[in-house]
Amino acid sequence: MSTVYNLKREAEKPARLTGGHRLCAGCGAGIVVSGVLRALDKEDRAVVVNATSCLEVSTFMYPYTAYMDSYIHSAFENSAATCSGVIAAYNALKRRGKVEGTVKFITFGGDGGTYDIGLQSLSGAMERGHDMVYVCYDNEAYMNTGIQRSSSTPHFARTTTTPVGSVGQGKKQNKKDLTEILVAHNIPYIAQTAPIGNFKDLHTKSYKAIYTKGPCFLNVLSPCPRGWDYPTEKLAEVAMLAVDTCVWPLYEVEEGVWRLTYIPKKKLPVEDFLRLQGRFRHMFQKGNEWMIEEAQAYVDQKWERLLERTGA
Amino acid sequence: MNNCLSGNEAVAYAIKQINPDVMGAFPITPSTEIPQYVAQYVADGEVNTEYVTVESEHSSMSVCIAAQAAGARSVCATSSCGLALMYEVLYVAASCRLPITLACVNRALSGPININNDHSDSMGARDTGWIQIYAENNQEAYDNFLMAVPIGEAPSVRLPVMTCMDGFITSHAVENIELMETDVVRKFIREYNPENYLLKKENPLAVGPYDVSPYYMEHKVLEAEAMKAAKARILEVTAEFEKISGRHYGLFEEYRMEDAELALVLIGSSAGTAKAAVDKLREDGIKAGLVKIRVFRPFPSEELARALAGTKAVAVMDKSEGFSANGGPLFAETRSALYDLKERPYLIDIVFGLGGRDVNTEDIEKLFGRLANIAVTGEIGPVYTHMGQRSKEEKA
Repeated sequence: MSTVYNLKREAEKPARLTGGHRLCAGCGAGIVVSGVLRALDKEDRAVVVNATSCLEVSTFMYPYTAYMDSYIHSAFENSAATCSGVIAAYNALKRRGKVEGTVKFITFGGDGGTYDIGLQSLSGAMERGHDMVYVCYDNEAYMNTGIQRSSSTPHFARTTTTPVGSVGQGKKQNKKDLTEILVAHNIPYIAQTAPIGNFKDLHTKSYKAIYTKGPCFLNVLSPCPRGWDYPTEKLAEVAMLAVDTCVWPLYEVEEGVWRLTYIPKKKLPVEDFLRLQGRFRHMFQKGNEWMIEEAQAYVDQKWERLLERTGA
Repeated sequence: MNNCLSGNEAVAYAIKQINPDVMGAFPITPSTEIPQYVAQYVADGEVNTEYVTVESEHSSMSVCIAAQAAGARSVCATSSCGLALMYEVLYVAASCRLPITLACVNRALSGPININNDHSDSMGARDTGWIQIYAENNQEAYDNFLMAVPIGEAPSVRLPVMTCMDGFITSHAVENIELMETDVVRKFIREYNPENYLLKKENPLAVGPYDVSPYYMEHKVLEAEAMKAAKARILEVTAEFEKISGRHYGLFEEYRMEDAELALVLIGSSAGTAKAAVDKLREDGIKAGLVKIRVFRPFPSEELARALAGTKAVAVMDKSEGFSANGGPLFAETRSALYDLKERPYLIDIVFGLGGRDVNTEDIEKLFGRLANIAVTGEIGPVYTHMGQRSKEEKA
């Protein structure tokens, strides 16, 4: 199959995540998941693995599944181990002549299930080298339980466990850089992407991840209208601004080689991204200018480092 | 085949003969040797099991769950805190109706940390929906593991099975053991051919839904019904096993219970010590007997009530502390089982052997002495005491 991206051709493929799931309007997760699954070649089967998450409770509520492929959910922190188990069965049954054809293995976890509680399981699975893709749909907080902070939540963001008050100013710490932690695992392919524009970046990286042998990891920014507090119709805009402000740079690391896959024509100020979201509203109050300055300085520092690493 | 094997090696040998599709492997004392032996079988090409060396017991069980759901026969082994780390997903395994086989080498739970034997690990998992079968010795550990496969996989059951043996006492002691021929084992356990599984081409399957109130209870009742059905299946399998091995097993073993007036109820390797004490007391004309529980889940309630119906006084010996302030888990089950008898024996609970504290024949004889006294006077004294602990005056 040609890897030259063609949105029309991709969109004409039968959907593997069907409509009728219960994700919110304006949620990034459904778009991310259908975008990743669309990268599968038509003739290939897949087993989808899912950590407990918004995605899980919204796409497989008994007795309805939104997936056309086989699917398994076990618990919150074990999706990578669960995928390892399915792959172990595949290898064993293949060896014993009990399974035919190609089956691909794709795991989806939120940032809570990936950055936090599922990190050990993920690290183990990556180290063991199972032929899987792990996709973190990163919406930067525990949204399923009602917007609690995770280690992925960015500095200053308001969540229900980092509220803004007379003393509190949102989350005190910076976001964990999970993508770099995965790079340290020396796996064949790691990428950071987001559902923007015509989804070429998401598609191309998904295809690479699915069809590269060995463990691959995608970190996909997945805006959440409830937690980020933006109008549902602004989903695409929010995602685009995250990328154009370099808050969420798009890059990949293939066999240890870093490469930027998108360089904004004009790097926008970080406040353009922050302003659209209620979770950062307090940063725009008089006297809080330092917060925006700090946020900008952090983004600039990370971006410079990335430019160095990628040689861009 | 006659052999001399430790309990761990016996179970590993059973795994070799089963040649499971998948094994989740993670070390913990005293079960570590089981995955170690299997690793060597894999390295020597004696099995072609997919051997997954995970980073925790939680992942070990998660691998087994997923592999079994994907259509593979899976096994693993663990002990103590390892089993405790699995608790969450033990429920997932049972509720997804996945007949995984797990060898639990019983060891005390932390804290404080202690590597020796008691039953607090598997007793903590008694309500997870797993079938639990306990061994007295190496032979039983081997036989139980083999029988676990056709028990759990039966369509009427479809539940995971935990076979338990006492850490070190059974797992590390080398005993004479009779092994079956591998082709006989294979015929006995049969091919694993589940109806539906993730990798089945014709029919994609979704496993592990978000189950809402209108359905959850129905699913739990189905699981409970499966556990009830397991009792008949266990007896079917033990009967089949007797034909090929000559060894007879029931839900529990009754030792000199025909006319027993004083009896013990206990689990595991301490049965050997208790049998020796019973023999000695019988020589002295005391009508002592023993019930060794083999199957704790499903609990053989009616059968146990019948076995104890003729006794005058019974001591339940719990090798775990339940912290219920009302006795250990075996006591709770036994007392409940006896409730429907018209005439009930006096009943006491002795918690013993925690963290590897030894129990010997004199301790058991002394306990029978207490039972004899209760039978005569009707004075029970404290219902629930601890045997062999030093800080207070020993009550048992």
